[in-house]
Amino acid sequence: MRHTISLLVENKFGVLSRIAGLFSGRGYNIESLSVGETIDPQISIMTIVTSGDDQIIEQITKQLNKLIDVIKVVDMTEFDHVEREMVLIKVAPKQEEKAEVLRLAEIFRGRIVDSSQNTYTIEVTGDEKKIEAIIELLKPMGIKEFVRTGKIAIAREGVKK
Amino acid sequence: MKITGAEIFLESLKREGVKYIFGYPGGVVLAIFDLLYDNKDIQLILTRHEQGAVHASDGYARSTGKAGVALVTSGPGATNTVTGIATAFMDSIPIVVFSGQVPTPLIGNDAFQEADIVGISRPCTKYNYLVKDVKELSRIVREAFYIAMSGRPGPVLIDLPRDVTASKTEFTWPEIDIRSYNPTYEGNRWMIVKAAHLIAKLKKAVIMAGGGVILSGGSKELRELAEHTEIPVTMTLMGLGSFPGTHNLSLGMLGMHGTYYANRAVQESDLLIAIGVRFDDRVTGKIDAFAPNAKIIHIDIDPTSIKKNVRVDIPIVGDVKRVLTVLNKILEEDVKEQWGEVRKAWSRQVDEWRKERPLTYTFSNEVIKPQFVVEKIYELTKGDAIITTEVGQNQMWTAQFYKFDKPRTLLTSGGLGTMGYGFPAAIGAQLAHPNKLVIDIAGDGSIQMNIQELATAVVNKLPVKVAILNNHYLGMVRQWQELFFNERYSYSHLHSDVVPDFAKVAEAYGAVGLRAIKPSEVEPVLKEAFKIKKTVFMDFIVDWKEKVYPMVPAGAPIDHMLFEEAEKKAEKKLKAVK
Repeated sequence: MRHTISLLVENKFGVLSRIAGLFSGRGYNIESLSVGETIDPQISIMTIVTSGDDQIIEQITKQLNKLIDVIKVVDMTEFDHVEREMVLIKVAPKQEEKAEVLRLAEIFRGRIVDSSQNTYTIEVTGDEKKIEAIIELLKPMGIKEFVRTGKIAIAREGVKK
Repeated sequence: MKITGAEIFLESLKREGVKYIFGYPGGVVLAIFDLLYDNKDIQLILTRHEQGAVHASDGYARSTGKAGVALVTSGPGATNTVTGIATAFMDSIPIVVFSGQVPTPLIGNDAFQEADIVGISRPCTKYNYLVKDVKELSRIVREAFYIAMSGRPGPVLIDLPRDVTASKTEFTWPEIDIRSYNPTYEGNRWMIVKAAHLIAKLKKAVIMAGGGVILSGGSKELRELAEHTEIPVTMTLMGLGSFPGTHNLSLGMLGMHGTYYANRAVQESDLLIAIGVRFDDRVTGKIDAFAPNAKIIHIDIDPTSIKKNVRVDIPIVGDVKRVLTVLNKILEEDVKEQWGEVRKAWSRQVDEWRKERPLTYTFSNEVIKPQFVVEKIYELTKGDAIITTEVGQNQMWTAQFYKFDKPRTLLTSGGLGTMGYGFPAAIGAQLAHPNKLVIDIAGDGSIQMNIQELATAVVNKLPVKVAILNNHYLGMVRQWQELFFNERYSYSHLHSDVVPDFAKVAEAYGAVGLRAIKPSEVEPVLKEAFKIKKTVFMDFIVDWKEKVYPMVPAGAPIDHMLFEEAEKKAEKKLKAVK
């Protein structure tokens, strides 16, 4: 099963490498990873999406906790939470499909953030399913490339599963 | 007053109570070595290889319980420490390794003797540091010792760029404050109560004690638990000495080369009390078939050890000594049981297994059996020695035939299985215990992996004894090739009956070299060696055909054991057919 794990870590050099090393050294998989500063600039937050059975996930969270630079580990999957991801998609539609691309962007509440003679770059935010849906729909119209941020997650206030 | 980084380094070590550093100089650490030249408080022991320095600091740590310290230069000096660090890491041994580094402006430029040792050692240290600012140095040293020694101990590396050791600042000694590191020492009381109830309820119980008991200093508490509840105790390799090997409740070692009775008892038990162990595959054999009927209580300070390899019914995260103290108290006060009555049938069963297949070997008058040498060493030292081993057959025979009664008397590379560990480790232990007999039980293969440390032992007048069980083979490799690879001895023959002449090597270094070829010579050679107050190599030419038995083939359940008699029978049959 897939799990979204949130980590509070010391904002020091080498921390990312320790965490990535833990995953690679023990044969765990990182499906996505995003890192950023928190309100306290000495602390960073990482959101890691990984998968495995209960025993593996338990080991992953325990191993992460054991790392000296890790302050807190939360398996978001255990909580009611909001997940978001952003994607930038560069599409090069044929002349006759341009309108359809713009329509799709609108349906997905996307924004056109760049356009050229032949391309549109669309920014879409949402959960994973939404991101995947728009990519699927745009594919036949000629996606040149896309870039995803990886997932970030935050717990809903006061609700526990 | 402002002092240099090198001076801060020394002052910090002094405050940590360090007396010995094992090390090797080189370009970027010369400023530190210059200070050590006339330092009265700290003595540097110059090894002949950086790996030797780290193993020696490890031997010092294992035999004393204090952190060992090593100091090396950058680049190759640093990379040579990796095997020693990984050895300490796998066995949770507290050492602090200082490596020199090129000046900070040159880091990343592929400077002369530059290696990213922080990156290289990351997966095999508990923590590591690159000191970027001299102002951080004393705090980092203090933290490093704290991290190495606390919780589940382990090696810490500090990388010291040359410019940091040269720049100056005021000396401070800040209190330790690491918000993200809080080891759990006290076990959950509710879990301990549940454990006590299981111990009272289930009859066929076995205690499995590991290195964690020794690290936490919990041997006394372990003995109380075992004696009070009359539960037999088996030990992992790392646990030998945590419980007296001569005690009537001791089952000796379990696992791949464990005793028949220990393995049977674990497999048939209905309760396994695992204390300070991590369920290595050499202990469990086939994991799904390990202790199939047992409820498992697992006490360990490292939460990641629990449920990593085996299912656990009652996990207790905490320091072994503290948890056992609470457990013993509950058992004594709250749970009233007639222990003798509860365990009667089980004890009888365990005793039957003991009688059925004791640890044996076939003595010979013509050729020296390696087990005989180990037995004689035990007999002559009466168990009152510090024994180190190398890795392979020598290590397993030592574990089987030397009865360790006290903790910190067996120093061996259990987890990583590092050949070349025993001799430098013995040097470290001898330095810490100048009046003790320190013996490295070695193989002819392993001893050649750090034989250069003869110079360290001789120059420092350390009377370390090395007993080489010389079968001119990489014995354990040969054993596996015989049993599992159709006797194709691919590259395991070392010809060490011819080269080198170990006695002469020893003499060339200024040590004493002795040799025994016949069984009758074993005792005289040992006696002579123990009398000499010098470094001694004893070359025992042993039966090369001898194998370590019992043996559980890799991946089999631990009660599927091979025995010596089976081999003898097969040989007889073969002769009859011919």
